[in-house]
Amino acid sequence: MTTLRSQGIPDAEHAVHLLRQMLRVRRLEEKCIELYSAAKIRGFLHVYIGEEAVAAGVMEALEPEDAVVATYREHGHALLRGVSAGAILAEMYGHAEGCCRGRGGSMHLFDAATRFYGGNAIVVSGLPLAVGLALADRMAGRQRVTVCFFGEGAVAEGEFHESMNLAALWQLPVLFCCENNLYAMGTALGRSESQTDIALKADGYEISAWAVDGMDVLAVEEAARRAVDAVRSGGGPHFLELRTYRFRAHSMFDPELYREKSEVTRWMERDPISLLRAAMQAAGQLPEKDWAALQADVDAEISTAVGFAENGTPEPVSELSRFVYSDRPDDASAGGGGPEERGTTAGKGGAAG
Amino acid sequence: MKTTYREAMRAALRDAMKRDERVFLMGEDVGRYGGSFAVSLGLLEEFGPDRIRDTPLSESGFVGAGIGAALGGMRPVVEIMTVNFSLLALDQIINNAATLLHMSGGQFNVPIVIRMTTGAGRQLGAQHSHSLEGWYAHIPGLRILAPATLADARGMLWTALQDPDPVLIFEHGSLYNVAGELDDDAGAVDIDKATLLREGDAITLITYGGTLPLVLEAAEQLDGEGIDADVIDLRTLRPLDAHTIMDSVARTHRAVVVDEGWRSGSISAEIAARICEQAFFDLDAPVERVCSLEVPVPYAKHLEQAALPSVERVMAAARRAVGAGG
Repeated sequence: MTTLRSQGIPDAEHAVHLLRQMLRVRRLEEKCIELYSAAKIRGFLHVYIGEEAVAAGVMEALEPEDAVVATYREHGHALLRGVSAGAILAEMYGHAEGCCRGRGGSMHLFDAATRFYGGNAIVVSGLPLAVGLALADRMAGRQRVTVCFFGEGAVAEGEFHESMNLAALWQLPVLFCCENNLYAMGTALGRSESQTDIALKADGYEISAWAVDGMDVLAVEEAARRAVDAVRSGGGPHFLELRTYRFRAHSMFDPELYREKSEVTRWMERDPISLLRAAMQAAGQLPEKDWAALQADVDAEISTAVGFAENGTPEPVSELSRFVYSDRPDDASAGGGGPEERGTTAGKGGAAG
Repeated sequence: MKTTYREAMRAALRDAMKRDERVFLMGEDVGRYGGSFAVSLGLLEEFGPDRIRDTPLSESGFVGAGIGAALGGMRPVVEIMTVNFSLLALDQIINNAATLLHMSGGQFNVPIVIRMTTGAGRQLGAQHSHSLEGWYAHIPGLRILAPATLADARGMLWTALQDPDPVLIFEHGSLYNVAGELDDDAGAVDIDKATLLREGDAITLITYGGTLPLVLEAAEQLDGEGIDADVIDLRTLRPLDAHTIMDSVARTHRAVVVDEGWRSGSISAEIAARICEQAFFDLDAPVERVCSLEVPVPYAKHLEQAALPSVERVMAAARRAVGAGG
């Protein structure tokens, strides 16, 4: 694994950009926790705090036409892919202005404009989708890349292995990014896997795979660029194991009985934001006033987003049965699935079909 | 022209592949083997391995890949050998294909068509013989088709491919060799409406898919006993065309639902409930159901046949309904 120190810091502008990206995710999610505690948003809330370097580094390597598939811990991926903080928060409020009009919530963020395909709460479920998105590109002759984020817990599922096999067998343009934060909810990797070297598993499918320090945004970015370039130029699927750690509990309901506080504290010493900030300061790149200005900028963005979400409108119940089936040209109003559903469920406000 | 159900299916696939270059077929043994039921025989030579794509035995992986390809703009037709094997792909079908449009607030359509065989009658034992299409018909977001006739075998696929939403097509294994006449210019058919295949005034027999031939035979024999039956081929299990059912029941005042699935929690339970909800005062007798006995489908021929709906059981149910003694 490479480290910040071994690589040197990129130019100041780019370093500030990376720092900003990580800070945006951090502040958005700190706000989510506040809003959750205030009962403004509900459901399950899984925050990414501590893991920001992964999404921030990988997104740098992507082009707008590429596709991203993520898990239920995906606020950061959505934000850094280009979904506005306002649309993300409005979604958690269940508002019509949310990126999924209140039907997805925290775990199911989607955005067609940025080719962001979720938001999948079944830990491994996004992998076959990513394989298929890559297959479509391959068959259509497009030079696009699909990036799929998933946690290390997903590697115990069958679809992980099916997806590795298919992607390698068909040499599809997909980059698998395993966010190894060591715990599948409360189950430590060593208690769920006979082989804990995850990159080695991908290697077993003849996929180029390597492990990266997931707390080091520069290392992540460098590895991601290398992998994405290889995928885009026809090198077949690639795999990154990003070794990271979540500083917070699995979800808002998790009492964290399964790990020692001292372990968390030890990892927090390698906070990806502090790590980059310190390196920049050491290189004379980040005067205190610039850091203060950066924080103020990000705080303003999040504050505006909260206002946007807070002032949104609840998705009307009259729209409940829309999007179960597509609206069709001869049936623009109900969005039901056929003569019977269309005729009755919308009218009665029920979703039984 | 004379054709078979299998050949009609193949013609539908060939036609779809020619019409739209985004269409491709993917599944276990669809290519070099020619399809486990020989539906895709010869298509590999015609369209090549990119579009007639053999997959490993990994149902969830390749069904999920089909969903991803649909999201990516293709029009995949995914073949699963039997409905029993589709259970390995339930996560993808139910958690993704059926839900992505809704969860994404209308942003992501999944225009995939998934074909699979269903049903018993060929002594294949429990893990190749079940009829689970009624389960899938429980799921909002899916459209469930059960072609029973040559015209539907030929025509439903293209219509399904025009649907922006996921469509599952259930082909009963006993139908592939059914032969008959099909119009030379047969093509796409409607997939919204049930069909009244036979008109009578004494009773409504409601079925779909593999049990249609035996229901038609029962109707012929009942006619000889002076019991003239309407026969409805549901064709689409979700969304159900309740209008055709209720129109018929309003005329005949009696109904028998024939379904190869198990009775408890089945599509026949749904249909019977709807008749009670929507046509209760038209009824002159309780709704009858003829379903498979509630056992895993056995291998031995006499046991298997005893477990399945039969002409005799349909006739007995009809006689009970009209008060002619069962």
